[in-house]
Amino acid sequence: MHTGFLLLALLTLASAGAAMCLRNLVHCALCVAISFVSLAALFLTLDAEFVGFAQILVYVGAVAILIVIAILLTRDISGHGQSLVFKPWTLGVGVGALVAGSLVSAVTSSAFTHRELPPAPAATVRQLGESLMTTYVVPLEIIGLLLTAALLGAVLLARRENEGGGRS
Amino acid sequence: MTTLQSYLILSALLFSIGLAGALTRRNAILVLIGIELMLNAANLNFIAFWRYGPHPEALTGVMFALFSIGVAAAEAAVGLALIIAIYRHYKTANLDKVTTLKG
Repeated sequence: MHTGFLLLALLTLASAGAAMCLRNLVHCALCVAISFVSLAALFLTLDAEFVGFAQILVYVGAVAILIVIAILLTRDISGHGQSLVFKPWTLGVGVGALVAGSLVSAVTSSAFTHRELPPAPAATVRQLGESLMTTYVVPLEIIGLLLTAALLGAVLLARRENEGGGRS
Repeated sequence: MTTLQSYLILSALLFSIGLAGALTRRNAILVLIGIELMLNAANLNFIAFWRYGPHPEALTGVMFALFSIGVAAAEAAVGLALIIAIYRHYKTANLDKVTTLKG
């Protein structure tokens, strides 16, 4: 097994675990950004360069910044001195461990998953663009529509109550 | 060489961390972060199966991961707008305090 893969996997899992365990919300957002970056590096090791860079642009550039802004806007005034997790937290962690155990046992018992890396396919950006404009043109248009609808919906959701409350 | 199995195990562990976080944390933003981690684990599975699959020149896995990233971006925008709207109404992002559907 490559040491590079091992290091990236450890970084991903450690930062994801830290993002789910730390008390400070800003630290959580930074840890999840680190996790996104190392996942993008893992995509690069799998020869999916375009997806790796899209991951950095969309997740680190947009989603992580959006999360930080949302943390800034929702400072919990009354939340001091309370525990951060639900009381039966063992229940949630138990469900997570159960899912992890069943998934890992299913993966390790399958014969299909032992295959070695085949020779790298030539997935250039040109090929990706051509298939986006030919085979996948309908999904592309649909996702454009979905993103427009999500943009409008997010603006509407975030400003509705403001208008009802009057301009004071 | 790294086998497909190691990528699948990594993705399963990442999914479980996201699931446990989404189930246990109280803050709505952290629940959303957990959901994003689970989506990323699914993306890693798509890319790994594409790379180790019999026909990597078909680009199916890459396309699916790209569209999945796009849908996840829309989901994050709407989810955070919902959290901000809830915060304006209840003055908290604590999911324990948001107990009623109507005002």
